[in-house]
Amino acid sequence: MTTLTRARKRLFSNSLNAKSARAGILFVLPAVALLAMFLVAPVVLAFSLGFTNAKFASPNEPEFVGIENFTELLSLGQVSVDADPSDPNSAYDNLRDLTKPAADTPYAGMQILNESFSEDGTKADFTLAGDALFWKSLKNTVIFALVIAPLQGGLALALALLINSKIKGKVFFRTIYFMPVVTSMVVVSILWIFFYQKDGLANVILDNLIPGYEPIAFLTDPNLALPAIIFMSAWQGVGFHMIVWLAGLQTIPGELYEAATVDGANKWQQFKAVTWPGLRSTFVFVLIVISIQAMGLFTQVNVMTQGGPLDSTTTVVFHLFREGFRKNEIGYSSAIAIVFFILVVLISIIQRRLTRERD
Amino acid sequence: MKTKLSVGLVLQYALAVFFMLLFCLPLLFMISSSLKDPQAIFADVKSWKAFFPVGDVNFDQYLGVFERLPMAQFVFNSLLVSGVVVIAGLFVNSLAAFAIARLKFRGQNSLLVFLIATLVIPFETIAMPLLVLVNSLPRLSWEDGSIEITIGWLNTYLVQIMPFIAGGFSIFLFVQYFKTLPKELDEAAIIDGASYFSIYWRIIVPLAGPAFATSAILSFLAIWNAYLWPVMVVQTEALRPVQVGLDYFWASTSEEGTQWGEIMAYSTLITLPILIIFVIFQRAFVASVASSGVKG
Amino acid sequence: MIKLTRALLAASAASAIVLSGCAATDSASNSEEGAATGETTTISMWSHAAGNDQEIATVKEAITDFNASQTQYEVVLEEFPQESYNDSIAAAAASNTLPCVVDVDGPIMPNWAWAGYLQPLTIDSALEQSLLPGAKGYYNDQLYSAGAWDAALGMLARKSTLEAVGARIPTVAEPWTQAEFDALLAAIDATGDYDYAIDWGNGWTGEWFPYAYSPIMQSFGGDLIDRSSFETADGVINSDASVAFGEWFGSTFAKGYANAAQTGDRTEFIAGTIALQYNGNWAVKDAYEALGDDLLILPPPNFGQGPKIGAASWQFGISSTCESPEGASAFIEFILQDKYIVAFANRIGLIPATATAAEQVPNYAPGGPFAVFVEFSNSYGVLRPPTPAYLSVSTIYEKAVADIINGANAKQALDAAADEIDANLADNDFYR
Repeated sequence: MTTLTRARKRLFSNSLNAKSARAGILFVLPAVALLAMFLVAPVVLAFSLGFTNAKFASPNEPEFVGIENFTELLSLGQVSVDADPSDPNSAYDNLRDLTKPAADTPYAGMQILNESFSEDGTKADFTLAGDALFWKSLKNTVIFALVIAPLQGGLALALALLINSKIKGKVFFRTIYFMPVVTSMVVVSILWIFFYQKDGLANVILDNLIPGYEPIAFLTDPNLALPAIIFMSAWQGVGFHMIVWLAGLQTIPGELYEAATVDGANKWQQFKAVTWPGLRSTFVFVLIVISIQAMGLFTQVNVMTQGGPLDSTTTVVFHLFREGFRKNEIGYSSAIAIVFFILVVLISIIQRRLTRERD
Repeated sequence: MKTKLSVGLVLQYALAVFFMLLFCLPLLFMISSSLKDPQAIFADVKSWKAFFPVGDVNFDQYLGVFERLPMAQFVFNSLLVSGVVVIAGLFVNSLAAFAIARLKFRGQNSLLVFLIATLVIPFETIAMPLLVLVNSLPRLSWEDGSIEITIGWLNTYLVQIMPFIAGGFSIFLFVQYFKTLPKELDEAAIIDGASYFSIYWRIIVPLAGPAFATSAILSFLAIWNAYLWPVMVVQTEALRPVQVGLDYFWASTSEEGTQWGEIMAYSTLITLPILIIFVIFQRAFVASVASSGVKG
Repeated sequence: MIKLTRALLAASAASAIVLSGCAATDSASNSEEGAATGETTTISMWSHAAGNDQEIATVKEAITDFNASQTQYEVVLEEFPQESYNDSIAAAAASNTLPCVVDVDGPIMPNWAWAGYLQPLTIDSALEQSLLPGAKGYYNDQLYSAGAWDAALGMLARKSTLEAVGARIPTVAEPWTQAEFDALLAAIDATGDYDYAIDWGNGWTGEWFPYAYSPIMQSFGGDLIDRSSFETADGVINSDASVAFGEWFGSTFAKGYANAAQTGDRTEFIAGTIALQYNGNWAVKDAYEALGDDLLILPPPNFGQGPKIGAASWQFGISSTCESPEGASAFIEFILQDKYIVAFANRIGLIPATATAAEQVPNYAPGGPFAVFVEFSNSYGVLRPPTPAYLSVSTIYEKAVADIINGANAKQALDAAADEIDANLADNDFYR
């Protein structure tokens, strides 16, 4: 009787397993097919197009060009030329002999990324790049990420702690703080264009706070455009990470605080000993998510500044878009995408490492 | 001790109110300005009036938007695209998650690892090759009274929908949730002779409301607010979604002197409904964001 | 919640079926819908002029009249902001979803013809003959585009301003010299009555930059590209004369005569906070209504090679994928009737494309207040380089000038532009 039942059971479960396997594959099929088509295939395509000179909507056929796109994108050089102190353009003239596309030098076709003149004006040092705009874009993107990660992450934590404290109306405050998150970036960007105008709200407020203040058109000032975009982006995104921090705070058991209070720890000591260690994994998550989002900075730039003034707000994704969509250089744009992808992966690996070592 | 405590509390309230103003005043400004004439917007900027619908309040700016633009069409396009993405996405992703979480088949673990790996691919990196790809895909179209195969998906609803239905993150959310449901549910149903699909449909789906809400909210917000992709793939006005419509509207009026009143009216039209839905369902919104923390 | 989720899922099954239908209803282009019913053929048309109410109003008027005048075709209009119009056309071309009728900026037309976006345009030859040269676009000796107007640029000033600083009022025969103009800017600046001496229009973007500023560079003796071969820009766009233009132009911003953060609405001249405005004839109507006889429409200064202004403006063409070019050209002929040319000229103040129309526009009839623009157009008009490379040249030049306005070294900015144009030419096999 028992053996019979067991045998029947096994038979039953074998056929069950086969059925389960069939159903399993059938059920994942739609999702897998869609992901293969719209995620895996484009990734593969990016890696192959990056080695061609493919153009969107061009009558010319694409050709395989090897690593040419990557050398143009990534090459850097350093060169000194003589200059005539009485003619400020002489340095550029001398440099041009080296960088003309037709020149027979390693610098042919390179662009000026940075320049510095010696004090007596007889020498000029140039940093050259195959694609100066890419390096400027990378620099702006990295600055954006480096500033906004602590700014937005820290502010979000402060808000989360505030809401998690004894004050009344938590839900009300939380709801208000979160509102910009559900507002689209296009709306936010256009709204803040108005605020940042010379006769806009930001200048009116600063004018009331600072005596003798001179209004500034923030978005057309090369030194202020990027900070203005950073501030606005943090304003828009901070509510999201506040919620993530809050979720992290709620995982910390209340007994730990009680124990700490019994031990006579003050608020700051409690934060250091209990709260912060309990938020470790949330910290890693917030840091990685903000950094990766920051690396993808695009909408604000495309709506507000188009990368200007003087390339002070151009970013990697904006550069990729400009090359691929505006100039139809799909091959070159794909090469930028590959470099960008590697950067993003590197950043998440490094951040994971760094935060793990500190444990 | 007591006074010290209340000083701290007062400070906390002060901070809370300060941040409240910081986050809601710009949005109040947007909504209030949409109800004023452009001259009044600039006149009010210098005082508290900027943030409140006071003075000559009217709906002229809204009438102006509808007169100038096929606004209803834009809203319809965004609702259609986000609606189909959300509904189809819920089905496709939860079904796959059901298989991964509760069935046994070969490769299901590597599939989960693969899905998590897809989360590190930023959309920006695949946008351009995806554009090339969808431009060479065939589709059915209605030509001269019969169905024909046409090459190229640009300027369709299809191209705004298909790439965003399946999502690794959504599947992952469902897997996490389905794993918390007791195994006995399925086993009892199997003994009753139920098919796997009916287990999914009759037993698991009804129990997974919160997971569905989370996934639906996140994907709706993403599609409603989408910008980069529609800018690239949709040129015709008839298919334009709301965000691109706003950007184009802004760009076209900035040449002639920006119509700030109408811009604010348009912005309010596409933001206020979302804000209201958010306030009503804020618990679900907050839960959905909080659950995205598991991603790390 | 449970009911809701299940209802949503049930709907998803339905939506999966409808999905293929989505593709069916969306083909917004060309003539499918009309042909299907066997009655009217739909002719889709794109315009760059979204936001320009006056221009669009006339286009719409012509469309309404055309649709009412016959039953064979129905023209349907879509509007785009000028800023992204060219991108939209390129993307639509790549996906074979171009509309039937497009409007195209004169200098961009050769690129679109070369890339195969456009088909040659056939219109009534008497009409073709009657159009001003600046209102017709030829590529490889074939007509590709025709327009209802030409535009002209000039310098707007108040008579009272010039009298106050004691400046000479220039004429077509004797325009300002560079020295006179520099002295004028300095004198205006010195009065302290104005925020800025001149509004160059740098709040506008895109094609405006080469349209407005490359003629000034040509007046200095420079140019955008070698016009004998169209195969290099080196030594032209960065020639000494071009660099001299760049340095001078940048200096007007550096000295505070002009505002680098100028916005696009350009209301300051009429408001009286900026003394001079460099602008097109489309903007003059408002100024004339506001200032009346105090308004002066002056020729641009002569920087050495005589005053220069850009010729050729927006025109209409037919896309290569248009399935009913007869209908499209019928519409283009329709909108190029004097009636609409007059309406365009009256509303937006542009130069009417035919002499017969000009006679019906009081402002442009001989002796009219704007007739001087016709003189500018005839005496100073220069075409931007008619080459498919122009599309790239234009964006590269725009960036160089924008950088110069923001304080970049002119020589460096123009050298970089030369290299970039040459690289683009080589990259595209010289657009052969």
